[in-house]
Amino acid sequence: MIGFQTLLLKEILRFWKVGFQTVAAPVLTAILYLLIFSHVMSGTNAAFPGVSYEQFLIPGLAMMSMLQNAFANTSSSLIQSKITGNILFILLPPLSHWNFYFAYVLAAIVRALVVGAGVFLVGLVMAHIPVHNGAWILIFALLGSAMLGAMGMIAGLWADKFDQLAAFQNFIIMPLTFLSGVFYSIHSLPSSWQLLSHFNPFFYLIDGFRFGFFGKSDVSVWLSFGVTTFAFLCLSAVTLALLKSGYKLRQ
Amino acid sequence: MVAIETRDVRKRYGTLDALAGVSLDVREGEFFALLGPNGAGKTTLISTLAGLTSADSGGLSVMGFDVVKDYRQARRSLGIVPQEIVFDPFFSVRETLRFQAGYFGISRSAALDAWIDELLDNLSLLDKADKNMRQLSGGMKRRVLVAQALVHRPPVIVLDEPTAGVDVELRQTLWAFIRRLNQAGHTILLTTHYLEEAQQLCSRIAMMKRGAIVAMDTTDHLLNAFSERVLRVIISGELPPPLVAQRTKQSGAWHCFSINDYAEVEPLLAQMRMQRVAIQKMEVTEPDLEEVFLKVMSR
Ligand SMILES: Nc1ncnc2c1ncn2[C@@H]1O[C@H](COP(=O)(O)OP(=O)(O)O)[C@@H](O)[C@H]1O
Ligand SMILES: [Mg+2]
Repeated sequence: MIGFQTLLLKEILRFWKVGFQTVAAPVLTAILYLLIFSHVMSGTNAAFPGVSYEQFLIPGLAMMSMLQNAFANTSSSLIQSKITGNILFILLPPLSHWNFYFAYVLAAIVRALVVGAGVFLVGLVMAHIPVHNGAWILIFALLGSAMLGAMGMIAGLWADKFDQLAAFQNFIIMPLTFLSGVFYSIHSLPSSWQLLSHFNPFFYLIDGFRFGFFGKSDVSVWLSFGVTTFAFLCLSAVTLALLKSGYKLRQ
Repeated sequence: MVAIETRDVRKRYGTLDALAGVSLDVREGEFFALLGPNGAGKTTLISTLAGLTSADSGGLSVMGFDVVKDYRQARRSLGIVPQEIVFDPFFSVRETLRFQAGYFGISRSAALDAWIDELLDNLSLLDKADKNMRQLSGGMKRRVLVAQALVHRPPVIVLDEPTAGVDVELRQTLWAFIRRLNQAGHTILLTTHYLEEAQQLCSRIAMMKRGAIVAMDTTDHLLNAFSERVLRVIISGELPPPLVAQRTKQSGAWHCFSINDYAEVEPLLAQMRMQRVAIQKMEVTEPDLEEVFLKVMSR
């Protein structure tokens, strides 16, 4: 247990010590999106009746930032340790694959929640944001950051070089986030795109998260919960299997 | 009790046999050297012992714990000083050591902090304790690696070329410390290219070549078997025939006579006096591990 706690603390300190890059910078990025999009799109039809575009956008941006930062935390930590070789320090001690999994994913959740809270607080200054159901907000925040934390672990284990990781980020994570309905309701899309969005697990994360605020969503919140829980469990199973086999860690 | 046991350990990288069936036992309390040229497989063997690499076949154990089945106890029993210098640039020396202790299940306490201070003191690093790892020189980083390997007080300590890039004075400090640990009961396994260090420190030696052990014995036996004590002289004029018959070797101007012990020196010199040999230069050379190494490797 102490071994796990130590690894968790190390993973948290690792991003916290460079909080300017890992927390402040993503919050600033989200603010820029918020300022630009809410300005450009102001007056567009709100997605849900009685919800302004700005109000609609803020939870989406908060979730997007959480997803990206959860992914960045585990993936960059793993690839840095692999490339510098200091991964050795955690491979020599008697830490199990469960210890690795929980320490990395929990640290990713912590970073995601700090960033998400930052975006949300700034959002509160710019618009009134209702809270329909706090429990759903928390559940989707946790599920989303845990899911992307696990995905980051898979990417970080798989990648041998930084550019491979960047490819994973640019060709998988970015398209999935941008096509998930952060900036729009998928009902405003052509029906073929709408259909495609239903195969994107990030869509359910954002839709369910928004439900927690507005009590309105594109699909049932329970469907979103089911899909994202399932995706999270699958990704976790893959991550644990890779860790257990020592994939690219213990050849 | 056997501290380190490897049984017919094999590891292939593509077509290369990095380990071609390595079996060895290191007994508890031994100071053991693993020698061999670059690429012999020393680091690979250490990696399989540490669970960093999995062997294709064969078994390994540390203090009787199988490194796969009982990996927790095996790893707890083992302290590894890696060959490559690695460090975490996010942390100071003290933080690095506290984390390392934590990974082994040792919580923060006054006792741990005192042990960390003792380690740093023994490795002449106390004044660097709160410096970031990035600010340390290569030799200092290597000593931090030694401290990291010891922070969980493992009974078995493995050092993979610990003195590469460390200056003479600090090498002495390091060895004095490792020797004290050995006297306190720790088992030491060491690889090094400084053969005189191995000769001075280690009671038993294994030599590896292309993934296999080619010699393994006590240091004394190896020295006796492959190297000799030699009396060598440079004289004016020719060596008289009776002495030529006794000469074992001539290298340049030196005439060499193998001797088993110093009691044989005086009779040889008496003979030379009788033959009116004028000695210009004389020395006795002791058996030397370098000679053993070269002979074993060229077999
Ligand atoms: N990860 C690896 N992939 C391929 N070959 C390797 C790997 N690690 C070591 N080797 C090869 O195995 C052999 C033994 O290497 P090593 O154990 O580092 O030797 P030593 O430590 O005795 O110098 C070398 O020929 C080396 O090139
Ligand atoms: Mg080596």
